[in-house]
Amino acid sequence: MNEIRDDDAITALAAPIAPDALAELHRRLEAAAQSEGLIDVAYRVIDSPIGRLLLASTPKGLVRVAFANEDHDKVLESLAVKLSPRILRAPKQLDAAARELDEYFEHRRRTFDLALDLSLSKGFRQLVQRHLPDIGYGQTRSYKEMAEMVGNPKAVRAVGTACATNPLPVVVPCHRVLRTDGSLGGYIGGLDAKTALLELEKAA
Amino acid sequence: MKQPFETVVALHGATVLRVCRSLLGIHDADDAWSETFLAAMRAYPDLPDTANVEAWLVTIARRKAIDVHRSAKRDPLPVDELPDAPTTLGIPGANDTDLWEAVGRLPEKQRRSITFRYLAGMSYAEIAAILGGTVDAARRASADGLKNLRRTYPGAQGQSELAKGARS
Repeated sequence: MNEIRDDDAITALAAPIAPDALAELHRRLEAAAQSEGLIDVAYRVIDSPIGRLLLASTPKGLVRVAFANEDHDKVLESLAVKLSPRILRAPKQLDAAARELDEYFEHRRRTFDLALDLSLSKGFRQLVQRHLPDIGYGQTRSYKEMAEMVGNPKAVRAVGTACATNPLPVVVPCHRVLRTDGSLGGYIGGLDAKTALLELEKAA
Repeated sequence: MKQPFETVVALHGATVLRVCRSLLGIHDADDAWSETFLAAMRAYPDLPDTANVEAWLVTIARRKAIDVHRSAKRDPLPVDELPDAPTTLGIPGANDTDLWEAVGRLPEKQRRSITFRYLAGMSYAEIAAILGGTVDAARRASADGLKNLRRTYPGAQGQSELAKGARS
């Protein structure tokens, strides 16, 4: 190290670090980390008619979709705890998911063709979430019908919880489950988002 | 609780780049930066939650800088393109540039001690090994440099910015 010329060092120190330089380094890091299999969770944020959506994936598939009102920073922190802290913003890894969501919001797609990683939910909740895509585009079911669909007609409340804790809203269509009287029930993304999604599917 | 690695990159990316630049110059710094964060990402799950992340990164960066320095010496590579000139427009996060310019105006020994101590986080023993002279002399040069900066650098902030780097 003795041969480092400190004039260079001082020039280097005083040179401002342009945001572009860091952005380019970040892109290089994404590519290198990906090729070395170091990214356990990749994510990106997209704009949508129902606000900014966080998309996160593991090597197995899409693992989380989060609304802005869930606080994306908090969601990422919780993914760090539940899955792995090796989380990197790597938009390329989510190109397919972003494209399919765009198509969905533009009425050009009715079903998602993405690998999903449901490992954030367990047991009955995961069972319900697996069956949610059985409700077709533009259709709705009641929490009760959903309970019957998964073969546990008494578990209406548990179905409600499964919908409320759906880690993949929009893609796994929990917005298609309503109360028996047709009222909205709840929604992670807020009732406005639920209404917007139902309207979008109706309009198609 | 451990932050997502992305947060680590966002918080410390610029500092690590400065360390790499100070140790290697602008041209080779990018490689050392990439190697540093790749190695850090690999080891990150095993880093104790209580660790000082910045100090840890600087340690890795110094190691990677030495690697890059060595391999550059073995196979000298011609530069085929001049680097882009840095913009002088308002750049967020770059407002400590003035401070480093003030550092650049210090007498040589003070300047190098300050750089190695506060940017690269080296121990005085390591600095003494580079500068020659005793550990005490390195410590004194660094202290004199700080005293000088306090006089010449407008804004007492500079002191705390330097002190941040000294936590390690």
